[in-house]
Parts: sequence; structure tokens; C-alpha cells
Amino acid sequence: MTSVLVKDLTLKFGALTVLDNLNIDIPEGEFLVLLGASGCGKSTLLNCIAGLLDPTDGEIHINDRNVTWEEPSGRGIGMVFQSYALYPQMTVEGNLSFGLKNARMDKAEIRKRVARAAEILQIEPLLHRKPAALSGGQRQRVAIGRALVRDVDVFLFDEPLSNLDAKLRADLRVEIKRLHHNLKNTMIYVTHDQVEAMTLADRIAIMKSGIIQQLDTPTEIYNRPVNKYVAGFIGSPEINFFEGAVEDGAFVTGDTQFTLAGYAFQGDAANVPAWLGIRPEHIMSGDAARDLPVSAEVQIDIVEPMGSDTLAWASLAGVPIRIRMDGQAAVSTGDSILIGFDPARASLFDKTTELRI
Amino acid sequence: MADVITPRGPKPRRRFSRTNIMLYGTLIVVAAYYALPLYVMIVTSLKGMPEIRIGNIFSPPVEITYQPWVKAWAEACTGINCEGLSRGFWNSVKILIPSVILSIAIASVNGYALANWKFKGSEVFFTILIVGAFIPYQVMLYPLVIILRELGLYGNVWGLVLVHTVFGMPILTLLFRNYFTSVPEELFKAARVDGAGFWGIYFRIMLPMSLPIFVVAIILQVTGIWNDFLFGVIYTKPADYPMTVQLNNIVNSVQGIKEYNVNMAATLLTGLVPLIIYFASGKLFVRGIAAGAVKG
Repeated sequence: MTSVLVKDLTLKFGALTVLDNLNIDIPEGEFLVLLGASGCGKSTLLNCIAGLLDPTDGEIHINDRNVTWEEPSGRGIGMVFQSYALYPQMTVEGNLSFGLKNARMDKAEIRKRVARAAEILQIEPLLHRKPAALSGGQRQRVAIGRALVRDVDVFLFDEPLSNLDAKLRADLRVEIKRLHHNLKNTMIYVTHDQVEAMTLADRIAIMKSGIIQQLDTPTEIYNRPVNKYVAGFIGSPEINFFEGAVEDGAFVTGDTQFTLAGYAFQGDAANVPAWLGIRPEHIMSGDAARDLPVSAEVQIDIVEPMGSDTLAWASLAGVPIRIRMDGQAAVSTGDSILIGFDPARASLFDKTTELRI
Repeated sequence: MADVITPRGPKPRRRFSRTNIMLYGTLIVVAAYYALPLYVMIVTSLKGMPEIRIGNIFSPPVEITYQPWVKAWAEACTGINCEGLSRGFWNSVKILIPSVILSIAIASVNGYALANWKFKGSEVFFTILIVGAFIPYQVMLYPLVIILRELGLYGNVWGLVLVHTVFGMPILTLLFRNYFTSVPEELFKAARVDGAGFWGIYFRIMLPMSLPIFVVAIILQVTGIWNDFLFGVIYTKPADYPMTVQLNNIVNSVQGIKEYNVNMAATLLTGLVPLIIYFASGKLFVRGIAAGAVKG
């Protein structure tokens, strides 16, 4: 069953087109992440779904009901904001019950719902405090609670973890995932953090300039990006690109030639100018590289040890490349090592259209 | 060199450095410059006329008398009326209270709407309102007389209340709009998702957050309206003259002897309300002005 349906959504501010004819179909219970660099229109899209912005054109359906002209409160949504947006003069309890009081719900029911939300989020001891007396993590829990008490079908998150420090962010991320697992609501989550996107999402929509570039599962987006932008955006450290051309089952860049044996082309393999992308973690080194279809001897320029893994920089076919190695790998600047990769794990993009081939 | 001090901890500061002497010296001189007239007024108002005629205006009173204060409040004459300033005081109160409440109530809603409920042409509307603040009052005096006459409010206290409300609008709207603009937009969005409407958000979210700016507005309006002379003398009739107009009539009367002590007492009495307001709310005033100035 469709939970949220965005149909031909367009939003313009004067001459500036922020959202361009967007279509998304979100099934019930899905965790959808809208991912993109700042200014790509992901928050705008969320605000349109929430009813906080009027679209220039298009429709929004929630639970098979056209809510395009509905007020935010009449759409069956709850929203969590980046800055928490708690009402400063009300206690936590007041914050949680504000929406219910506006809906003229009876007091016993309000108490019941607040108690339930407080229990789920473990904020019971904080109910009588003001937001100013809470830490960032506690505030964001209250903000989530405010969406929770409304017992809505769809949760909207607008970069909810961006104001928190790294450790809290990781903790709350897991908690949001657990919350989704338990509640099984539809959730739409806006972020610019690809780790959040990869870990939380059932599906990710990668946006750029008001257009969805790719809408797919995290695995698919990571392994088979549809275009060069998506390939470069997802993955940290960033994917390595070689500029060249496909020529009869091989990729030619300068004097170097990589075989493309095993690469799954989208259609027939045409001989066209292209980009070849290979992720740093898909480049093997040492013994593991020996039997791979593509291998070469390179010299290490710089080593960045990060504990869990080590990032090495080298030069291949005249292009600086990143190689992700084991954290315990004993490499140092100036070493000469054998590296290699399997073309099946690479991605090829047409030079002019930048689309996957 | 045994007495070399190793720098450690807070850097020692000299209390009587040249900078400090300059700084405090200037401050003391300026403070005296402003305080001296006030001192002269208080001292004079506590002297009897014979003592004033000696001419030592800076000397403290030999014999303290409160008679001038009593006379200024209850007995001083303007024309044939000899009730003192008390009548003007109560007139001013009657003008002040509705003017302050009305102007702030309207301007705060204006500012809230302009900051949070942008409508087509709201920026133009705001600009026009602000331009209104730069039009000299003199231009509007006579047209206003005609408007008030047509409305049947000329010479009426409510006519003056209307004038004060209208003239307070540009600056107060600006004040409130800037304050409400500085309230995070997400708070407003959250309230909308929670189902609060225009008035719900205003009364339950915005109002409780904006005490400082309301204090600023009250101070501006109370002092402004209390000190007003021009509108008071033009738009009311003698029976409704505010305190400032009556003060002028007492002090500037050309007949009889000039009672300096009564004049001083009357002036101090008139200035008392703004003074009390400043002393009572100075801290809140500064905080509110600063809060409003964050975003424009």
C-alpha cells in the first residue's frame, strides 16, 4: 500500500526552480532517506510533504488521500527539526501535549499518550523540565516524542542529528533505527550525511538541483550508481575516476589499458569516451591483487592511517588514486606495492551524458 | 636579579593607570554635567521664595519646605482653574493607558504577521509603514484635525488615543517584526505541524517568549506618550489637557510673580513617570533592545 505519493511536484521561487517535476512513491512502513548536498532541494521537498510550503504545481497524497491543500496538522504527519524547535516556555510535558491540546483531545488520552511516548524514548524523568535544562540529545528525544504522541502514520525528519556531536549522533542514529523497527511507520528522513543514509534507509533518494538522481536501496546505490554524480557523492573516501574510452572490451586511459572482463554493461558495449570509477575499498593490494584481472605495480605517495583502516595514495595511469587498506597494513611512503581490482566491481559512465554504461 | 617575577596566573593590572584616570575622569565630568541641573531643580523646589531670591542656586535649602510640591500638585492655577497639576496627571493617565495597550496590541500582531505569515505584498506593506515614520508630524496635523472632526472624535480623549496609536505604529511594528524574525523559523513550523493557527501561535508560542520586547515597547510608548505636548495641545480641549500641556501653562503664565520653587516641583512631578519607568526596567530595556537587534 502506498503511504506517501508525490506526483509531478514542482516548486519555484520566482525564476528559481527548486523542485523540478518530482515523482516518488513511498510504500507503507518504508524508511526513505533524501540525501544530497546543501541546496539540492531535499529539505524543500520535505517541507512540501509536511505542508509548510505551497508547491507551484503537483499533488501530494498521504494514505491515498490528496492532502495538497491540507494544513500540516491535517495531514497525519509528525515532524522533527534540526534545531529541535521545542517551545522554550513549556515543560517537556507541555511540549509533548501541545499538539494534542490543539486537537482538543480529552485529558486522560493526552496523559496516556505522553506517558507512552516518554516510556519509548526514556524521557520520563525529564517530563517536568524546561527545554533549556536539557542536553542536545535529550532535546532531540523530546522532539521525536512530540511527533510520536500524535500517533501519525508518517514521520518526517529534517536533519535531526546534524546539531549533535559525533558520539551522540551515532547513538541516536541507532535509536531511530530501532524506533522504526518497532513502530513500523513510514519515515522520510532528510540528511546530507551519507553514513546516516546508508545505515538507516530502506531506500535512498539522491537529489541534485531539485531532481532525484537515483532512488534505490543503499546497496544498489553503492554498487551500481546510475551516474557519475551519484558515484562521486556516495562513498567515503571518494571513488577513483579514470578518464578514457571503452575500446573493444577494454578501458583505455593514456598508455594504460584495463580489461573489462566481467563488467556488466547496461546494454551493448559500445566504443565511447567514458569515465571508469573504482572505489578505494575495491582496490586490493599484495597477494590479493595478484590474481585479479587488472593489476599494476604502484608507488605509495602518502599514507593516512585511521586505525580501523589505512588510506594510501598512489598514482596509477597518471591519476592520483586512493587505496583503502587494512588498518594493520605495514605500508609507508615510498613503498612499491602490487595493487589490482576486479572490473566487475567498477562503474563505467559515458563521458558526455555521465550515465552508467 | 633576584626580584624577577615569573609570569604566572592572571596578569596584574594597575588600578590607577593613565587610561583608567582618563576614562573615569571623563565619566565623572559627563555624569556631573547631566546630574547638576537635576540637583538644582530638587534643591530649588525645596526652598521658600525668600531663600530663592538670595540667588545661591547651588546651595542646599536652609529650611526645607514641601509647600511648593503641594502647591504644584493641588493648588497651582492655569487660567481660572486652580486644581494644580493633579488634573493634568489624571488626564495623562487616561490618555496613556488606552494608547499604550492599543498601540502595542496592534503593533505586536502586525510585527508577528509580517515576520511569520508573509503574504503577497507584505514587504511592500512593511516598507510603506516604515516610510510613514519619516514623514514629519507637522504635515499631518491639519489633515488629522479634519479626519478626527469627521469621525466625531475631535477634542475627545479617544481622538488623541487614536492619534498616539497611529503614530506609534511604524516604529513599534519594526521593533516587533525584527524580534519575531529572530525567533527560529522551525519553532513556528513545529507549531503549525502541531495544529496551532495564527492566534494559537501568537498567544501560546510567541507571546510567552517575547517579554523583553514588550517591555521595550511599553517603555518607548509610556515615555513617548507621557512626554507628548504637540498632539495633546492640538487634539484635546483644555479640560482634557495632559500633564505636559498643563505644566507649560503653569510655568509660562505671564501674570503674577514667578514661583520658581513651584515650577521646579511641577516639572519634577511631570518627569516622575518616565523616570520611574527607566529606573524600574533599565535592565530589561537593554536586554530587549539587544535581542531585537540580532536580526533585521
